Amino acid sequence: MATLYIDNRPYDVKEGKNLLETCLTLGFDLPYFCWHPAMGSVGACRQCAIKIFKDENDTAGRLVMSCMEPVGKETRISLDHPDAEKFRKSVIEWLMTNHPHDCAVCDEGGSCHLQDMTVMTGHNYRRFEFPKRTYVNQYLGPLINHEMNRCIQCYRCVRFYKDYAGGKDLDVYAAHNHVYFGREKDGILESEFSGNLAEICPTGVFTDKTLKQHYSRKWDFTFAPSVCQHCSLGCNIIAGERYGELRQITSRYNGDVNGYFICDRGRFGYEAANSVDRIYQPALKEENVSLNQEYIINDIAALLSTSNCVGIGSPRASLESNFALQQLVGNGNYYSGWSDEEHRLNKAALNILQNRTAEIVSLKQIEQYDSILILGEDLTNTAPMAALTVRQAVRKKPVENAQQNINLATWHDAALREYIQQRHSDLFILHPHSTKLDEIATQVSYSTPHEIAAKGFTIAAAIDATADQVIDQIATSLLNAQKPLIITGTSLFNEPLLAAAEAIVKALKKRGKQPGIFITQADCNSMGLAMMNVPPLSSAFSKLSDSTLIILETDLYRNLSTEKADEIMNLPKRIIVFDHIKSTTSEKADIKVPVGMFSEADGTIVNNEGRAQRFFQVFVPKNEWLKESWRWLSLLKALKDGKAIDENLSISNIQSTLVEALPQFRGIEDAALSEDFRLNGQKVPRAPHRYSGRTAMLSNENVSEPKPPQDIDSPMSFTMEGYRGIPPSSVTPFFWSPGWNSVQSINKFQIEIGGPLHDGNPGVRLVNSNSSITPIDFEQKTEKISLKEFEWQLVPVYHIFGSEELSAKAPAIAELTPKPYLGLNQYSLAKLNLQENDMATIEHHGRAYQLPVRLRAEINNEVALILFGLPQTAFFVKPVIIKIRPASNGITNNNSKHE
Amino acid sequence: MKEDLENKNTTTVGLNEQERTAIDHEVSLVPYPKAACIEALKIVQNNRGWISDEALSAIALYLNMSAAELDSVATFYNLIFRKPVGQHIILLCDSISCWVMGYRVLYNELNKQLNIQFGETSPDGMFTLLPNACLGCCDHAPAMLIDDDLYRDIKPNELESILKKYN
Amino acid sequence: MERPLTKNIHLNRPPLDAKEYEMAGGYLAVKKALLKMAPVDVIELIKESNLKGRGGAGFNTGMKWSFVPMGEKAPSTKYLVANADEMEPGTFKDRLLLEGNPHQLLEGMIVAAYAIQANTGYVFLRFAYKEAAKRILQAIKEAYEAGFLGENILGSGFTFHLHLHTGVGRYMCGEETALLNALEGKRATPRAKPPFPQVSGLFGKPTIVNNVETLCNIPHIINNGADWFKSLSHSEDGGTKLYGVSGNVNAPGCWELPMGISMRELIEEYAGGMKEGYKFRGVLPGGASTDFLTELHLDIKMDFKSVSMAGSRLGTGTMIVLDDRTCPVGFVHNLEQFFAHESCGWCTPCREGLPWVEKILWSIEQGKGSLTDLDLLEEQARLLGPGNTFCALAPGAAEPLQSALKYFREDFEQHIHQHKCPYD
Ligand SMILES: Cc1cc2nc3c(=O)[nH]c(=O)nc-3n(C[C@H](O)[C@H](O)[C@H](O)COP(=O)(O)O)c2cc1C
Ligand code: SF4
Ligand code: FES
Repeated sequence: MATLYIDNRPYDVKEGKNLLETCLTLGFDLPYFCWHPAMGSVGACRQCAIKIFKDENDTAGRLVMSCMEPVGKETRISLDHPDAEKFRKSVIEWLMTNHPHDCAVCDEGGSCHLQDMTVMTGHNYRRFEFPKRTYVNQYLGPLINHEMNRCIQCYRCVRFYKDYAGGKDLDVYAAHNHVYFGREKDGILESEFSGNLAEICPTGVFTDKTLKQHYSRKWDFTFAPSVCQHCSLGCNIIAGERYGELRQITSRYNGDVNGYFICDRGRFGYEAANSVDRIYQPALKEENVSLNQEYIINDIAALLSTSNCVGIGSPRASLESNFALQQLVGNGNYYSGWSDEEHRLNKAALNILQNRTAEIVSLKQIEQYDSILILGEDLTNTAPMAALTVRQAVRKKPVENAQQNINLATWHDAALREYIQQRHSDLFILHPHSTKLDEIATQVSYSTPHEIAAKGFTIAAAIDATADQVIDQIATSLLNAQKPLIITGTSLFNEPLLAAAEAIVKALKKRGKQPGIFITQADCNSMGLAMMNVPPLSSAFSKLSDSTLIILETDLYRNLSTEKADEIMNLPKRIIVFDHIKSTTSEKADIKVPVGMFSEADGTIVNNEGRAQRFFQVFVPKNEWLKESWRWLSLLKALKDGKAIDENLSISNIQSTLVEALPQFRGIEDAALSEDFRLNGQKVPRAPHRYSGRTAMLSNENVSEPKPPQDIDSPMSFTMEGYRGIPPSSVTPFFWSPGWNSVQSINKFQIEIGGPLHDGNPGVRLVNSNSSITPIDFEQKTEKISLKEFEWQLVPVYHIFGSEELSAKAPAIAELTPKPYLGLNQYSLAKLNLQENDMATIEHHGRAYQLPVRLRAEINNEVALILFGLPQTAFFVKPVIIKIRPASNGITNNNSKHE
Repeated sequence: MKEDLENKNTTTVGLNEQERTAIDHEVSLVPYPKAACIEALKIVQNNRGWISDEALSAIALYLNMSAAELDSVATFYNLIFRKPVGQHIILLCDSISCWVMGYRVLYNELNKQLNIQFGETSPDGMFTLLPNACLGCCDHAPAMLIDDDLYRDIKPNELESILKKYN
Repeated sequence: MERPLTKNIHLNRPPLDAKEYEMAGGYLAVKKALLKMAPVDVIELIKESNLKGRGGAGFNTGMKWSFVPMGEKAPSTKYLVANADEMEPGTFKDRLLLEGNPHQLLEGMIVAAYAIQANTGYVFLRFAYKEAAKRILQAIKEAYEAGFLGENILGSGFTFHLHLHTGVGRYMCGEETALLNALEGKRATPRAKPPFPQVSGLFGKPTIVNNVETLCNIPHIINNGADWFKSLSHSEDGGTKLYGVSGNVNAPGCWELPMGISMRELIEEYAGGMKEGYKFRGVLPGGASTDFLTELHLDIKMDFKSVSMAGSRLGTGTMIVLDDRTCPVGFVHNLEQFFAHESCGWCTPCREGLPWVEKILWSIEQGKGSLTDLDLLEEQARLLGPGNTFCALAPGAAEPLQSALKYFREDFEQHIHQHKCPYD
């Protein structure tokens, strides 16, 4: 601890942090631009100037940049000193010499850090009398808009995009007051994290282009804390609504999960909620008519009480919805919706966490590990934010060295990069094909999934002291690390990979290490579904004939081969689908019931590390059908059981039944404050207090203002009325604080800058690692695959845009989705007498499919890559052995050039 | 198993043998290829007069960096030319001692004779006229550099004969 | 009068080659230092000589070297860089040393590198010094052949490789940390200090950057000792200094003279006084980024302390004379235009403040200014002062501005009142 005197008042503070962070932590308003809590200090903008004094007797002091000055044992500073105030005001004046006066039409207006800082420093009179500098803007793709005239040259964009996120195509050009931030030429930004620019940029240079299509001011939004639904990591997000439409997703700080950022799939995938594929009306297949609510509900209820019912749950539906279905159909009639492979994979993932051999690592904790082995995951495309944290992790060791060797503080960003140069901690990647993280890897190798698993077991054996001494670079590095981490996942559909990962952590444990494990899965609630401990689809077969099958928020055709899915769909007498989006499954259902998507619903999902997180309804849609699935299913259950319908059934009601029936979920009630929580007797408003137009916005329908919807599931209101102040973290709908309209107001919500939120980061870890358990020996499991002539192993390739079902429906994401292809190496192409872009004919289950060929020089001879999850490649849902027809016999494939 | 990315044969597209050899030498002197990028830009510019977008991409690829990253460096320095220039580059010193000693008269004279302003290339493609910060000839001001030749204590009436040498 | 730095420079012939240089007593210091002295002894000797950096800041060179980590724990790679960027307007002293006697620089570098145990060195030379580039390359070649560069020099076990890097423009490259970025193939924006280059410099390794003139002094100090060096000077700063004068004087030029010679002697004797028809009005004593001094100061000693007591800086020791027929507003405008253009664009005050200053000056020069502009200029000069900006470029730019406003205020006011430049 140290004492910091600020304008002569003493404060107890931590040593070693910088003065800016410390002042902000203490609650002072000190303006800044180039500093960012996640990216540290570079001292460029000079906005955070303060006075520092040598001792009590020093009255003159020295002007310093608070972001560049460490807190000493006893430091004396002044924020109010006239010299400092004058200088800070001048910095804004300088920045304003070239900044346009376009706040009124600027996308950033009202949530602009520059606006806030201008007001804070008191600069309001313009003395610069010359023409302003102007720039040409660039086209940066469908996600981000560029308006360079607003730039204040804080360099945060390049520091984030290039230094932090490893982007290659955004940089700073030219010099003096002509510096320009953009791409070398117009074109789509390549980084998967480009959307963060909209939050990183303190003004309106980089803004969310999708928001522009249906723009609203920050103060006019209704917000809710939510959780991203587009992969298994569960990044925290803020969802914003206006005029009954989901219009914006921004990141919601969570110090344990995503920190300050989210990926572009998470930010821009939201428009699935507004897509043409939404199911808005219930429909009966035969009659193909829309029906009224009462009729449908009674019809379904009647069906359920007469026939045997089977339910299929979903890894992308909430725990509550899955549980409500299980309750409705009865325990023995409820299945997961997973294929056997997926079932085993996800169980294996859960088992590894439950076996407690390794520390379960949260997304953000990845950054603390200093030797990382990735076994068969292309993180950038399957769990994008994990790729971002791995990029930070590889700086771990060099940063520590810099601290030890030359006493460099961890926040001293530019100096650290200059000192560290190209050094990084160890990262090893074993994957079938090249990945974006390869560039920061110590070693990469490309092979078939089962070879990767075999290599994993070799590493485990090398680590295991009882095994023969094997010289293996990876084993040595993991053993020498302070904190070794194994990352793997389910995306290659290869169970031995998980077993190998477990074998390695067990071996490390045996050698006295504290290894970490991080396993990614396919969907936002895959872990939750695995924890429900229900059988896979195949077990349902015997019960399906003549049954009434209820399918919850899932497309069987994504989980099963077309043949298998067709088989299932043909067995039941009636199929009822509850979903919010059209899919092959929903279109084949007899009855289709629309439900609310995450923005219209409350629920809990469990992310890949076993953390239960709550998402909240952002708005109540006018369409009364759009209720949570769990609400529909509970209602049906009441009808079926002949019980009275509980109009006031809230999420906590269902949660308490849930944890009673399934005690493994005990704790989910604490993932968020319950609906009866009040602050000073008030609810927490979802809308900012400056929310405008409420009385006018529906006046075309009714001049008397309607009663605002009531929220029975949360302690938040749907209006701007309610508690003013900082709400508890789990029910913080948006970040705002007096004088801090921009997202930078997050500083006010943290206990300490970059640390946990005021009452802890939201979310509850349901599976906990217990390191005291003694390790057991591992078992080697590998499969051997042998191929016949003209056979290849089909391995899925994922793409951040397109491979995930929901986000792929967002137009901007669809624009970025790659064309489907089949990837083969030179040897395979030669063998097949094919060239790039030729059409290859794939034989599988007696059918033939055509796909254009792309050369993937790095892959193994036995491997064929297929872009996963696109409608055109949906016929392959897991790695299989395929036959490819060589081109020489018969028709030449050349005339069917793709594109 | 295939270790590491295959060697990038495609990376040599756009640079000629001689340029590559020269760049290879510079790369051998630094810890990582990127660090030789300014030298590489100079080598190619010496050879071709300026750095076209294609040349930029070729160098970037060769040094395993992105075009954006290389352009960021290239555009910072005023003597890397990202636009075509004339056969000869006139760098006229416009800094203080030359200013005191009459650089403006020289500039006007050059203007008249070549019919170009700073930043422009004469219509015949012979000369590009650029201002340059102090040439370190303050005791012999005004001064000017044409390609590698330094001219000092220039009198306006000498300009014509100086320029002739390059025609 | 001894002129160790320039005694072997003869402008009417090519520089001494390695053999000639050796015959004239060259490379003795390499032999002495590498074979007879320990690195710390070299550092101590230089410290004691009170050699102050000739790049402008005037920091004790031996002291600077002593911050480099030494011994077993120190990083095995270290660098030595000669700052031959010389782009400060009005400065032309290093050119003389580079073109006139490149082996002297090489010798200084070898000894300096030995003192800090650096095995690689660079000469960072500005683009425009084409002749110097050729001569340095030739000298490096000869020094390798003679065994003064390369592996195990003279059997001492010390290895030193030297490379020439020529710049591609930008005054910023002269700032030592920006220079390091340029050498790393990056944009020449400055780095934060601390950490100083002595601990984290080129490629993150301990690095010393010294001015050419500083390094050229080293061999002579090694050969003749600290006391001899101090005795050369007329002031407490050791040694001789290259002084230069440019502007409308009779004999502009550059001379090696005892440190601390008076300004009057320099201008009136060495530079031959003002040209006929021109009167002396003021002078920038040490390059474009120093404060004006006037007639009142003609008798000061040209050493670090005396010039700063007079309100300016010795800087590079090369002065630019302002005469009575040259417009001071135009003069300062030219300087500020230079500085604004050479700002790297990294920190706000410099990037945005200097162009503003330049625009105001230009409007005054054109007769469009107002009196409040003068207050604004004064304020800007203050705000751009040391500590407020990221590096010393903007504070350097503020110096001639603030002093011009002080000493030539009348001229500014005349522009404003007459709505035109009175010198036109
Ligand atoms: C903008 C700027 C430009 C500079 N240019 C030069 C230069 O051209 N040559 C030089 O030796 N020092 C220059 N310096 C000073 C260097 O940063 C550094 O102090 C010097 O090279 C150290 O050498 P010394 O200790 O031998 O004086 C410059 C400083 C600044 C701020
Ligand atoms: S574009 Fe935005 S983030 Fe980048 S430098 Fe400009 S103001 Fe800063
Ligand atoms: S925030 Fe401190 S200098 Fe920019």
